[in-house]
Amino acid sequence: MAVDARPARSVAAPAAEPGGAVRRHGPLTPYLFLLPFGVLFIGFVLIPAIYGLWVSLHDYNYLLPGKPWTGLQNYIDLFTPGSRDSGDFWKSMLATGIFTVFSVPFLIVCPLGVALLLNRAFKGRGFFRAVFFAPYVLGVAVVGILFRFVLDPNIGLVNYYLGSAIPWTTDLPWAWISLIGMTVWWTLGFNAVIYMAGLQDISPDLYEAARVDGASRWDEFRNVTLPGLRPVMAFVTTITILASANMFGQSFLLTKGAPANETRTAIMYIAETGLGNNRQGMAAAMSYILALLLMAVSLLNLRLTQRRGAS
Amino acid sequence: MKPGRVLFWLTLGVLTVIFVAPLLWMLTTSFKTNNDATALPLSWLPRPFTGDAYSSVLTTNSATPVLRWFVNSMIAATANAALIVAVDAMAAYALARMRFHGRRLVSATVIGTLFVPPFLFLIPNFLIVSRLGWLDSLWAIIVPSAGGAFGVFFLRQFFAALPVELEEAALMEGANQWQIFTRIVLPLARPALATLTVLSFLTNWNDFLWPIYVLYSAENLTLPAGLGNLQNAATTNYPIAMAGAVVASVPVLLLFVAAQRHVIQSVTHTGVKG
Repeated sequence: MAVDARPARSVAAPAAEPGGAVRRHGPLTPYLFLLPFGVLFIGFVLIPAIYGLWVSLHDYNYLLPGKPWTGLQNYIDLFTPGSRDSGDFWKSMLATGIFTVFSVPFLIVCPLGVALLLNRAFKGRGFFRAVFFAPYVLGVAVVGILFRFVLDPNIGLVNYYLGSAIPWTTDLPWAWISLIGMTVWWTLGFNAVIYMAGLQDISPDLYEAARVDGASRWDEFRNVTLPGLRPVMAFVTTITILASANMFGQSFLLTKGAPANETRTAIMYIAETGLGNNRQGMAAAMSYILALLLMAVSLLNLRLTQRRGAS
Repeated sequence: MKPGRVLFWLTLGVLTVIFVAPLLWMLTTSFKTNNDATALPLSWLPRPFTGDAYSSVLTTNSATPVLRWFVNSMIAATANAALIVAVDAMAAYALARMRFHGRRLVSATVIGTLFVPPFLFLIPNFLIVSRLGWLDSLWAIIVPSAGGAFGVFFLRQFFAALPVELEEAALMEGANQWQIFTRIVLPLARPALATLTVLSFLTNWNDFLWPIYVLYSAENLTLPAGLGNLQNAATTNYPIAMAGAVVASVPVLLLFVAAQRHVIQSVTHTGVKG
């Protein structure tokens, strides 16, 4: 991303020329322009980021008058086996981990397949792109109740056509398969569109050269397409890992955490603890642990993709 | 046809069925009676064809006031998108075109928050919103998310790439910053503003986690929060649930068809140029 993409103006208005285009505004003008956003940004982004940390250091329940300071106790509890929350919390973290590990490969590969399919010139290309992208503009609420119906063991379309009686939303491993399948159906178009833009950026000359060398379709894919897509793929991988780690609505609507909270994700447990049961202090502590873990995963991912890019 | 082409169209056809069939099923079920929707063998055509599900969710005294939720969602998403575009455009203009003390710090802070996972704000923002007296009101849906930094970042990039000559000419003629902003920069930035508007509207319309916890009276819910309730009812009436889902889908699908270019561009923009 460009740090400062204004070459024309920084040349036109050097510091020694106070009358330059940029400088012709009162000293307060920039702050006035920033004010409305600034109020919202401070109130709902900056303050909450600090306030959440503060809350996590208390036995905080917003309905109770006393909110005693407990220092790191919430964090210690979460790392103490057998405490009230640690078992359920780490189980929910594991659920998030399982979903991320098993959904990300499909969310990377399936959209790539669709993007490759749509990356040739044919009539109706735009139409099909719209069809595959359309589910993404629907919210998780619509997709969730639709899949709950379609995957119903008795009257759902899927079991009906498969002639099976699979408990898609209430038993393992089916619940995971349903959650991953639904997520792929819902968000495939998003990643596919990113891949399609990436494919457009690969120079046609490279394919031309490959063809002159007598490369097969597979060689072309391996030696031209994949290397050309590397930066886009690294980006898609990163945002997909983050999106999967943030999974909430699918479990909340489709499996409701079933069976026995096996598919209750970390965000779902945080929301239940903090907003359902009003134990905001504990829930805030959980969010910080999850956030730190996600940052570690992102950094690791960044290092891995960069190293792969360098070699 | 060559075998390659046959395979290509076959794959495309199967994929299209997988993507379209659930949506079609949602639509056709919404015109069924509940008996019909739950009777085997399943039928793609309603027998009989009825609008009962719609009339029961769209009447004002309904236990599941989908019409009310629709209005709430429409108000919230429109107001939120308008608020975001207005405040973000002003801030982005200042960051892209003005020199002032702390500009770098402000830019860095704003962009830095883009990397903070959004769930970190869930608990503290709930407490802040409750303190403001906004629980169970649409203010909670409209205002807090307008503090997000994405739009500022997105518009700042766009403004910075605009040619400065027009703005400089206007300055020569004595226009002030506000006039330049509203009469020159904003009209030039129309495509970016449209993209941000559409994206903000879609995000707010579809938001689920936040509204299910900050709204609780039946008449104050947004569509996604209400739909969750529709399904959680002890015995799901599938035509009613699907009618609600159709009502929630139609506006965003129409918006997507009308503004497809903007939606797709916003995705590729964040993806490739981000």
